[in-house]
Amino acid sequence: MPAIKVNGEVRVIDIEDDTPLLWVLRDTLGLVGTKFGCGISACGACTVHVNGEPVRSCSTTIADVAGKEISTIESLEQAELHPVQQAWIDHQVPQCGYCQSGMIMATTALLAEKPDPTDDDIDAAITNICRCGTYARIRKAIHAAAKTMREG
Amino acid sequence: MAMSRRKFLLTTAVAGGALAVGYVALKPEEDTRLVFQKTARGGEVALNAWIKIDATGTVTVAAPRAEMGQGIYTALAMLVAEELDVDWKSVRVEDAPVHPVYANREMLRAALPFEDGYHQGENTSGAQFMGWLAEMLSAQGTGGSTSIRDAWEPMRNAGACARHMLVTAAAQKWNVPAADCQAADGVITHKGSGKTLTYGDLATSASSLMPPENPPLKNAADYKLIGKAVPRLDIADKTTGRAIFGVDVKTDGMLHAAVNVAPVMGGSLKSYDKDALGGMPGVVAVVALPTGIAVVADSWWHAKKAADSAVIEFNDGGNGSLSSEGIYKLLEENIQSGDPFTYRNDGDAEEVFEHNGDDIIANYQVPYLAHACMEPMNCTARVVGDNVEIWMPNQAPFLMRYLASRIVDTDVENVQVYTTYLGGGFGRRAEGDLAEQAVRIAMAVPGKTVKLLWSREDDMRHDMYRPAARSMFRARLDDKGRPFAWFNRIAGQVPTKSFTQRIFDFATLDMPDNTSSEGSADMPYAIPNLQVQHVPVTLPVPVGFWRSVGHSYNAFFTESFMDELAVKAGQDPYKYRRDLLAAHPDYLAVLDRVASEADWDLPMHSGRGRGIALHESFGSLVAQVAEVSVLPDDTIQLDRVICVVDCGRVINPDTVVAQIEGAIVFGLSAALYGDITLTDGAVDQGNFPDYEMVRLNNMPKIEVHLAPSGRPIGGIGEVGTPPLAPALANAIFNATGKRVRELPLSKAGLVG
Ligand code: FES
Ligand code: FES
Repeated sequence: MPAIKVNGEVRVIDIEDDTPLLWVLRDTLGLVGTKFGCGISACGACTVHVNGEPVRSCSTTIADVAGKEISTIESLEQAELHPVQQAWIDHQVPQCGYCQSGMIMATTALLAEKPDPTDDDIDAAITNICRCGTYARIRKAIHAAAKTMREG
Repeated sequence: MAMSRRKFLLTTAVAGGALAVGYVALKPEEDTRLVFQKTARGGEVALNAWIKIDATGTVTVAAPRAEMGQGIYTALAMLVAEELDVDWKSVRVEDAPVHPVYANREMLRAALPFEDGYHQGENTSGAQFMGWLAEMLSAQGTGGSTSIRDAWEPMRNAGACARHMLVTAAAQKWNVPAADCQAADGVITHKGSGKTLTYGDLATSASSLMPPENPPLKNAADYKLIGKAVPRLDIADKTTGRAIFGVDVKTDGMLHAAVNVAPVMGGSLKSYDKDALGGMPGVVAVVALPTGIAVVADSWWHAKKAADSAVIEFNDGGNGSLSSEGIYKLLEENIQSGDPFTYRNDGDAEEVFEHNGDDIIANYQVPYLAHACMEPMNCTARVVGDNVEIWMPNQAPFLMRYLASRIVDTDVENVQVYTTYLGGGFGRRAEGDLAEQAVRIAMAVPGKTVKLLWSREDDMRHDMYRPAARSMFRARLDDKGRPFAWFNRIAGQVPTKSFTQRIFDFATLDMPDNTSSEGSADMPYAIPNLQVQHVPVTLPVPVGFWRSVGHSYNAFFTESFMDELAVKAGQDPYKYRRDLLAAHPDYLAVLDRVASEADWDLPMHSGRGRGIALHESFGSLVAQVAEVSVLPDDTIQLDRVICVVDCGRVINPDTVVAQIEGAIVFGLSAALYGDITLTDGAVDQGNFPDYEMVRLNNMPKIEVHLAPSGRPIGGIGEVGTPPLAPALANAIFNATGKRVRELPLSKAGLVG
């Protein structure tokens, strides 16, 4: 019975070892902010952080993350919105919004590693799909959030 | 086989009449205010079918159209709030119940033949008739880029009526003339005394007043919201994970379902081993469906694992040998010898081509395309006796209600449809297949809520595809190089027929359909001899409405071939088009503007190229210039798209720009990669690596300029897609001298 730490809380999950983390988050723990898009690690809609690294939860089993710390989109907003979320609002990024949890989680992981990413850094790190085509605004919002975070 | 117009309208009416079976007609005496009042919570009072106000003054607007990213919830609320004179911060939006009062008349009117401005179809009695029919049928749907065009009058009216009733209620309370009472930001002030009352104070007394017949509406100069880049109401929740899509619906004790269905088009269930599935972890029930099986379990993962493991056999419905090769061959045969319907016939093109001359002939082709909404297909349902509840990200709640009532054999009044946010729609979510399947599954576990979710592979292999099509052109130029005669024959399946037959399998509908000729028959260029035909082809591949429908391929065909003629005439493609648009100053203005924004006359470096395209769809004019570079490996990179849009009055400029940006990317993904192919009757593609998308790393720069001219309001959700493919193909010709007549570009090795 794997124990995982999700958004700071230890959860003991009674489920088969090969169950993808995505379905544990969504169906077992009810954290539906993380989305299912492809199930094969091809779209990034299911991106969460595992020990701070961006991970595609559809292709990560619960056994893979036993004992690790998982953060989902639900953990980003503390007393106020995370600067990335605020930049997303300022630039009116989402259209349907379905891909955006994954986009935002991929972005926060990138900015933790590279506080001032170039366009090439962004292209290399954020390979998520947005079927609504919000990419231009995503890029602007990433640069804006990076600036806010650097300037503290 | 030119069917007379009158006969056509009659046939349509009969077909439409069949739709009425099982629907609730709007009773003339019905108080439509009560429709929204029934949804009231926490002391809300409805003033009409679109507005509820609670004691704190919070205004809830009924949104009868689906929010799928196009910002319609915000735009509809803006129309109401503008005339209501309420503080924008106190406005919220709620999914409207299903009722005829919310019918989308504009959508059915647009489905009429010849509604293209050229054939004046929108002003006929037939069009009016369809409008009434829509109301009767409760055609509450989102599609055809119609939402704002449909809502512009009724929703501003709803705001103005409510405002009038609130002012009247205040005047009665104070016993003063209404003319002395002023409304602003949700507060009514008596001019003489300075006394104030809020909308929240007045809602109950206002709700019992008679609404005015024709309340005066504001002049455009006085607008405070309309025309402003108002931040969207749904965006904050879409950055925190709080927005609820269909896939996120939760109820206590909810079960989950996954399917295993026949891979071949039209296939059906032959046999399966039920016992083997029953023992698998979490499995609650196994349900036989016409096309396969559904497994119901305690989690989707359990349901999916069991469904995938099923020992199952299918019939192939006689389509086991269907292949893309055979389909394209059939399309070409239909171009050669099919039975076409003529959508436009000016002058006498046939006569011109009887005389010997130097003809330009070209054949174009496009493939089937999948919608690939980001949120995989899903529907949640519960059936308790005669009562059905459906939670679904959908574009046509009236249709879901009807289909559910038919399966359960109950009245439509017993079916509740709750529309969630849609993780993309693009036409796919107007289809009823998920609702039908979910209700069938829910009937097998009565009283339980079941969430049916398809995998990405289920979605890609069982879509209602954008039809594959071929297009043949023949043209002759006059001595100045202008097109003197133009003949175009397109062959492909017809979406409206396919869609209707999925609902009513008895419907034959062998009649013309605008959705196959739109964007070709209605082109604006002055050509004295012009004939445009479409040959409807019957194939077992289900086809449907894909963002911009017929325009999605006809713009590519028509605007590419126009470019070929300019090249043949030795003229600049922009100026060539210009000379053919003297009768259309509005088209000309958009074309000129895009040329100047793109610095069309500045030469480009070698290895680069630019192309132009102009296209009208859904009442809006869009011109695009694409700039490309040829990379060292001879593949093409799209660097920049400059786009000019005239959609008439703009409600929210930022959402309009966003829709155009998104529609360009949608068109680009299709132009670069989109290719659904068939082998042995089944779709070859299953997931994103086989059906690739534009991502950040190959995203072009996009510049959108709005140029509203004063035309009537046009659509926005789809109109940015059609010109992208021809502008790109024309740019590739400009850069390389290579004419692209077939999509996607990846087929020709042009994509890295
Ligand atoms: S759902 Fe995990 S990458 Fe697409
Ligand atoms: S906003 Fe719709 S998929 Fe990205």
